[in-house]
Amino acid sequence: MDLENQARIKKLAEQYGRENLIVVQGAGDADSSELVAETVTTGDPSYAGPLTEVQLGLPVYHILEPEVKQHVPSDIYDEQVGLMELALDAEAIARAVRGIRDNASAG
Amino acid sequence: MTAVLKGASSILAHTPDLVPLGSKPTREIPRFEGLGEQCLAHLRSYREAVAYPPNQVFIGNIRPDELAEMKQPWWRNLTADAFREGPYGEIMPQDEFYGLLKAADAFDLIWLEEGFQSQIAAKLRLHPLLGDLKGLGGGRTIAEIRDKLARNEALPLNLGCDLVGCVCQAHEEDEALSASVILEGLSAKASAFLALRHLLARVNPTDPRDIDYLLDFSEGAVGDRYQRGGGNIAKAIGEMAGCLNATGADVKAFCCAPTHAIAIAAALVQAGTFDEVALLGGGSLPKLGMKFQFHVKKDMPILEDTLAAIAILIGKDDGVSPVIRTDAIGVHPICAGASAKEIYEEVAVKPLNKLGKRITDIDKYSTELHNPEITVAAGRPDTPLINYRALGALACLRGEIGKEAMGDFVRTYGMPGFSPTQGHIPAAIPFMGHARDMIMAGRIENTMFMAKGSLFLARMTDLSDAVSVIIERNPATRKEVS
Repeated sequence: MDLENQARIKKLAEQYGRENLIVVQGAGDADSSELVAETVTTGDPSYAGPLTEVQLGLPVYHILEPEVKQHVPSDIYDEQVGLMELALDAEAIARAVRGIRDNASAG
Repeated sequence: MTAVLKGASSILAHTPDLVPLGSKPTREIPRFEGLGEQCLAHLRSYREAVAYPPNQVFIGNIRPDELAEMKQPWWRNLTADAFREGPYGEIMPQDEFYGLLKAADAFDLIWLEEGFQSQIAAKLRLHPLLGDLKGLGGGRTIAEIRDKLARNEALPLNLGCDLVGCVCQAHEEDEALSASVILEGLSAKASAFLALRHLLARVNPTDPRDIDYLLDFSEGAVGDRYQRGGGNIAKAIGEMAGCLNATGADVKAFCCAPTHAIAIAAALVQAGTFDEVALLGGGSLPKLGMKFQFHVKKDMPILEDTLAAIAILIGKDDGVSPVIRTDAIGVHPICAGASAKEIYEEVAVKPLNKLGKRITDIDKYSTELHNPEITVAAGRPDTPLINYRALGALACLRGEIGKEAMGDFVRTYGMPGFSPTQGHIPAAIPFMGHARDMIMAGRIENTMFMAKGSLFLARMTDLSDAVSVIIERNPATRKEVS
């Protein structure tokens, strides 16, 4: 995950409190989605950025997950996200992000 | 008057010792103890950079489709048949590039140690395209260079462990003329000059005095504190290359700048304003080592160790070169939405509609061609792949292909990214030389070059931008065949 975005999320968590934040991401494949999810829950796994060893534990979802999709009017979702929903492997992405969420809640 | 693509060149300069002077390393290395040493330990040798398959694609020795079949990771599977020179340019070693920086310097801001300078001048005199370089006499003593650095008025130029020169600030107070900004500008100028020399050696006309106009689309902007993007680096590069009858201007539009420049150049030629317009894109110093921390963590070489430059010649119809379809330039207007679908509909579908074509009527799409090996290591996706999937999805939504054919779409109409992280350079145009040759050899009929720009990074608007250009086989060659 981009190091500057890590810094931004860390700052937002400090400013608004972790309990008031949800991360909705839009990374383009399962691996990078998983990395983003891991970074904002258990810390930067690459040990390169500001979230290294920082366990924010933020709930994280991908825009292609049904939990997010159901909150967006379908016409707007189709117009804004529909093309990428078709282009990307939405199931693999959802599985990867859900896995990180499940691990975090189990922990 | 139809405008045609008369040629394109692509060069790389392998500059590992400039990596610590890139924007990210400059900021991060002082923050973490030992990171500087780790950075140096992960730099590639010149031989490794030359044998790196994507670099061989960049200079034209390997076609992008062949790269797709080569074993990954490419950095571990270097090519045995690697050459410094290729059909579109060369991979210049660092010592020679320092000499080129000196030759590009009109204000005595690059100081090279006298022995080193003399040695490099001799080396460059033997270069087939650079034997006439001026400004390489003399040099400085190492004591003078050390003194300049000790007074914090310069940045070091190293060759491995050896200090061989420095880049001086051009003004004591003006941040727009600091040593790092000067090095950024001169790196763009010197690398674009090298690309222009290669271009002119490969096209007709070959005489630089026949170039009428120059458009630069380099990432950086040159100026002083009162006009930070004042310009005009195009004219500076033209002067160095002997384009004595030309003037020019700089085109700025983030990563869209190259396709904007192509559209403008083609229009200037078609209008009869100029006959021969050279487009120039120099390398980006700030982008060196942009993801170096990720590469260090993964114990792989720092792949962002090369400056890349491209030059393109657009001129009046010669009856053989691919034509630029100025009647179907794709643009993303201010009123258009920012979703992927809206962008692709504006930039891909609308221009195709004007020509009565479908998405699948273009043989190859050239989008962002960033080398995925660089980005994926940093936890970022393979950008070219995602772009091609999006185009394939759009073809599917429009009923041109079935959903099951989307994977084939990527392979057939796309290609793997092979460009280093170099600002505007990866934006579609690294395929320009390949496209011209493939069209002229009858392997493909046409190509669409599509570039997107993140205008919001300048904080002046939250808009992005996109421009596409189609080139296709010259109809005159079709008549000859029939």
